[in-house]
Amino acid sequence: MATFGNLSDRLAETFKNLRTKGKLSAADVDGTVREIRRALLDADVALEVVKDFTGKVRERALGDEVSKALNPAQQVVQIVNDELVTILGGQQRRLEFAKKPPTIIMLAGLQGAGKTTLAGKLAKWLAKDGHTPLLVAADLQRPNAVTQLEVVARQAGVAVYAPEPGNGVGDPVKVARDGVKYALQKVHDVVIVDTAGRLGVDAELMKQAANIRKAINPDEVLFVIDAMIGQDAVATAKAFQDGVDFTGVVLTKLDGDARGGAALSVASLTGRPIMFASTGEGLDDFEPFHPDRMAGRILDLGDILTLIEQAQGAFDEDEARKVAEKFATDTFTLDDFLGQMQQLRNMGSIKKMMSMLPGAGAMKAQLDNFDEREIVRTEAIIQSMTKLERTTPKLLNGSRRMRIARGSGSSVTEVNQLVQRFEQAAKMMKTVAKGGMPNIPGMGPIPGAGYGGKPKVQQKKKGSKSGNPAKRAAENAAIASGVKPAGETMRADAGGSGFGLGSGAQPGRGKAGGPTEDEMAALQKMLGR
Amino acid sequence: MAERTPWSLSGALRGMFAKKTIDADTWDDLEDALLQADFGPTVTEAVITDLHAKVARYNTTDPVDLQRMLREGIEERLSVLDSTLTLSERPAVVLVVGVNGVGKTTTIGKFAKFLHTYGRSVVIGAADTFRAGAVEQLSTWAERAGAQIVKPQMTGQDPASVAFQTVEKAKNEGIEIVLIDTAGRLQTKGGLMDELTKIRRVVEKQGPIAEVLLVLDATTGQNGLAQAEAFIEHAGVTGLVLTKLDGSARGGFVLAVQEKTGIPIKLVGQGEGINDLTGFTPHVFAQKLVG
Repeated sequence: MATFGNLSDRLAETFKNLRTKGKLSAADVDGTVREIRRALLDADVALEVVKDFTGKVRERALGDEVSKALNPAQQVVQIVNDELVTILGGQQRRLEFAKKPPTIIMLAGLQGAGKTTLAGKLAKWLAKDGHTPLLVAADLQRPNAVTQLEVVARQAGVAVYAPEPGNGVGDPVKVARDGVKYALQKVHDVVIVDTAGRLGVDAELMKQAANIRKAINPDEVLFVIDAMIGQDAVATAKAFQDGVDFTGVVLTKLDGDARGGAALSVASLTGRPIMFASTGEGLDDFEPFHPDRMAGRILDLGDILTLIEQAQGAFDEDEARKVAEKFATDTFTLDDFLGQMQQLRNMGSIKKMMSMLPGAGAMKAQLDNFDEREIVRTEAIIQSMTKLERTTPKLLNGSRRMRIARGSGSSVTEVNQLVQRFEQAAKMMKTVAKGGMPNIPGMGPIPGAGYGGKPKVQQKKKGSKSGNPAKRAAENAAIASGVKPAGETMRADAGGSGFGLGSGAQPGRGKAGGPTEDEMAALQKMLGR
Repeated sequence: MAERTPWSLSGALRGMFAKKTIDADTWDDLEDALLQADFGPTVTEAVITDLHAKVARYNTTDPVDLQRMLREGIEERLSVLDSTLTLSERPAVVLVVGVNGVGKTTTIGKFAKFLHTYGRSVVIGAADTFRAGAVEQLSTWAERAGAQIVKPQMTGQDPASVAFQTVEKAKNEGIEIVLIDTAGRLQTKGGLMDELTKIRRVVEKQGPIAEVLLVLDATTGQNGLAQAEAFIEHAGVTGLVLTKLDGSARGGFVLAVQEKTGIPIKLVGQGEGINDLTGFTPHVFAQKLVG
């Protein structure tokens, strides 16, 4: 999900030049602002928004707060971040449910924005939370949109109301109204109305959308917009705001390499929050949108909070505690190793996870090379061992290893490597569990990579409370570069690197391309706010 | 249909060209207008520098001249490449590719109708076996356009095999033109892009592919370039189709796409009706864009 990766790269490039300077002149600021402007335009942020944005940044960058700051470059980064957060709308907003069910949600947007697919994702997401959503097929325009919705509903395992065959036949307003009645009868607590795609300039169809809105009086009207949209986002968003007055925005196709300037434009011009983001073709590729975190992503600060949430969802805390105990008492076995690996896989695509880490923009290329099947292979090897072998790896002699290699379709070398990795991991974990500092050869500090569980959330918030800015920055940098405060155990889940995947998944961390201490200090300061 | 605002820069440019002389504001306004039409910062800069030079050379201060130069400049840039479709092979196989939701299926429907009106026999291959309802959507279009259709025998069938069967049918029955619909895919999905390469390879076993058309949505911003580059690499695109030009988007990014990649725009889609697809003429396009 390196959505704004490209934009981040551009800004990073710009700031690199600034970092070396002790003091900013007006000319420096102008140059930087010009670069920011170009980067934003290249990212398809609407021109009005760009002008407004650069104006504010310039004004603040020339003000006292920068010239008096210890490090002006950091200050500019800070200002850009502040302004981005302001535009994106600060806090995340949740769906508003009606006091008296059913809650009615209407979807609207251009053709091909992804409304029908989104309807399915939203329904599945709600169903997972214990709701009983009903999909209403009010897109009677596009050939076989109704069929598509029916299929999507079946995949999501939710009910669908489709009385009309579509293809230009039937009255969408009536279908929407009847759909709500139907939901009342059948006791569905959420109704999702899929409407036809329409252009902002098509007055007749906009009127129809407004009529649907009037007929069903929805609690939420979600405007679905493609993350790849260009400058037209302005005209389209305004037309839809006038037409149906949407209450929230959903950004789709965020898994592409679009720089997603539309997110900034729409939020800024309509004042409506972006509520959800759709990030893939599967029905589960859907997540609530966190505006405050998005700014971090733009500046390539990574999306640690989302990562933590996903990790919490996937890791069983009891399980983690048990494993931590095992480390301490030296009974960690290959079975536990396997169990952890499987949990890691539950967390979803590792690549996706990795790209949420700070500084991931620079390692995108390496991420692409990382092969997730590596985990599958490791699994195969462990599963080819007997129960006894898994609990006492010391038993693994030459002939046993040969048998395992044959059984798992790998070579003896691979088995050897795995055993070696396991031993290293076990040793390292033991040290950590006892409160020591792990020394991972050849990996260098891995800021962010260790943040996998609850204890780390607390740590993030804590940051350094030192009153001296220089000291605070230094302390935060220390935290960031993996120096854990004493006594804070790393917990089993935090040690993803212990699986030996680290070296494959996180190359370049210790290389020159990674963030310097200085940069990390700046980032941490922002995150810690 | 409801009344529609024409897609053009003319609205944005009207005020500027109505003035008596060219001044600093004119240039600023022009830059803004071009940026808002999705030309992107690079092309905008190039166009403006070019115009600055021309205005200096001809020593003019009349905005009308500037407007004419802008129109000619865009037309010149667009007409460098030949935008005629080559469909002389028999059967002429046309592969239609693009990201999700740009209007591939709709374009195929319209294109089939377009060819049908010229008395060509057409068969459509429904190789979008991924998206729910795509095959049904396409069969509705095929019916409207009076074309035959080859559907997958089961859901989730390998798209390459559907494409193969379609070409085979055309050969056996002497059908002149084969249109193959593919599933939408984001250019960043390596596996899906490889699938496209495979479809191409399988079809080529039966004979050369006449055209690979990349469908681009006019509302797309600067990402259009990334899309074009990826699809050219994996599918060997030979022509572009610009859709949804009936909206308020101007699709200025195609200029950058055409220049960077050297692939001409061949068709233009301007509405949901079956007859809303036309060939691309640089003169008309520039005229409509600038006014």
